[in-house]
Amino acid sequence: MPGITREEVAHLARLARLELKGEELDHFAGQLDDIIGAVARVSEVADQDVPPTSHPLPLTNVMRADEVRPSLTPEQALSGAPAQEQQRFKVPQILGED
Amino acid sequence: MTVTDLVSYEDALASYDPVMGLEVHVELGTKTKMFCGCSTELKQDANSQTCPVCLGLPGALPVVNEIGVESAIKIGLALNCEIAEWCRFARKNYFYPDMPKNFQTSQYDEPIAYNGYLDVQLEDGEIFRVQIERAHMEEDTGKSTHVGGATGRIHGASHSLLDYNRAGIPLIEIVTKPIEGAGARAPEVAKAYVAELRELIKALGVSEARMEMGQMRCDVNLSLRPNGTETFGTRSETKNVNSLRSVERAARFEIQRHAAVLSSGGTIVQETRHFHEEDGSTTAGRIKDNAEDYRYFPEPDLVPVAPAREWVEELRKGLPELPRLRRARLKEEWGVSEHDMQSILNAGAVDLIVATTDAGAPSDQARKWWMGELARNANETGRGLDELPITPVQVARVAELVTSGDLNDKLARQVIEGVLAGEGDPDTVVEKRGLKVVSDEGALSTAVDEAIAANAAIADKIRGGKVAAAGALVGAVMKATRGQADAARVRELILEKLGVEG
Repeated sequence: MPGITREEVAHLARLARLELKGEELDHFAGQLDDIIGAVARVSEVADQDVPPTSHPLPLTNVMRADEVRPSLTPEQALSGAPAQEQQRFKVPQILGED
Repeated sequence: MTVTDLVSYEDALASYDPVMGLEVHVELGTKTKMFCGCSTELKQDANSQTCPVCLGLPGALPVVNEIGVESAIKIGLALNCEIAEWCRFARKNYFYPDMPKNFQTSQYDEPIAYNGYLDVQLEDGEIFRVQIERAHMEEDTGKSTHVGGATGRIHGASHSLLDYNRAGIPLIEIVTKPIEGAGARAPEVAKAYVAELRELIKALGVSEARMEMGQMRCDVNLSLRPNGTETFGTRSETKNVNSLRSVERAARFEIQRHAAVLSSGGTIVQETRHFHEEDGSTTAGRIKDNAEDYRYFPEPDLVPVAPAREWVEELRKGLPELPRLRRARLKEEWGVSEHDMQSILNAGAVDLIVATTDAGAPSDQARKWWMGELARNANETGRGLDELPITPVQVARVAELVTSGDLNDKLARQVIEGVLAGEGDPDTVVEKRGLKVVSDEGALSTAVDEAIAANAAIADKIRGGKVAAAGALVGAVMKATRGQADAARVRELILEKLGVEG
């Protein structure tokens, strides 16, 4: 029986930067477990001859010629930014270093 | 800041065996980004080359750049890799503002190229085979500027500013298999590998691979194991080592640092490290979990790439001569030593000399100017040879003028100086500066007569058989003609007039 544990949900929440309370973890762990269980039934009917799919359409090699197309203006690009400075997106202090 | 303990390089190698893994990122020279049509031109106004796709706005759909895929296949083939018949892109999820999408589009378990090798030549001519794990397609991140910290570093910064012009520029990441068996030469192998890879990328024409401009960046993974053992030790990953010299220094430093930690009974922490150009040291960065959770999954907005075999074979046929083999051929053709060839390579002069000989110059002349006068000028002005305002065709013209006797070396240097100063092409400089060799026999003859008359004692010596003394008279004539005479012809005239056999 595939599933997901409360600890795994807590780990994923941390990776997704979501702050979840104890009861929320219980709640979501149950729900996610149900969903994963439901999806897992697909593997039961899919035999070896059915390749895993990541795209609904049987397409490959959709490519674009290497030709420049107009970009947004800096004003347009920054129009949705909560804060900006020197024509750049301004973000809060970064704590984790990459 | 704590001082890092090191043991001497020799002591480190006496006890431990280094194992390396090198990851090189190459920014492709495509006109547009990997998944959108934004221009990749460098040094443009901040955030002037972005669109809904590379800004990760909702609903935007990426489409892969054909030349990006083609370049990846070329690199794979040149590295003797197998090319995937079918592969996908994957999302690498992480939270960091350098990617506005909160993920980087990359490839995970289905790289476009895998299982190859690159033979690299060490200083003494030995060939070392570096095995290639994979080469995959991905995209570059935006550029962060950290504000408020003392040194522009992230520590102590109050906030950061993001320019997304670079976000989405095509990158190929090339990953080696663990490099074992290099022993004390590991740092040299690392440097030679990155140098050879850079030459290869340039020869393929897929990127200019200028490390100083960040078009090629290297991460050095290194671990030590006690001599005679098989199991790999814990590795450190030194990020963004961005010159050939730095690659060698970073590997060397890490060998000495690891050895110091291990020999004092400590353990190496698996972490990323920052390289410091000033003193060649590294300092700790982020602790890296073994199972770093990027939650890769297939990118649903891009369809799989399945390069047709005919296309792959066509690209294989079009591969250029491998740089290492080309250098061996040129070394033979030019008749130069291994050491000289290495100097020519280090100076970035190989292609320039070839272009100069293609323009008609003898190879020794082409080498002499590029490696002499021009290399000196490039050095003094802090430019690359290829950035000098003189073309191989112009250098070939100077060589031609020397061969024909219109210029001697001294004048040729002045012509080159003029071209570099923007005075025009060689013929124009000769004209404007009046630099032709005095070939008017009458004028030369007079100058020689005058020199003989003014130096009677020397002339007598020459008459008496001391031919070597002619040099002094040649000097006098050259001085009188302000260097514009053909020295060989002057010597002939002097000996002729004094009735001596040369």
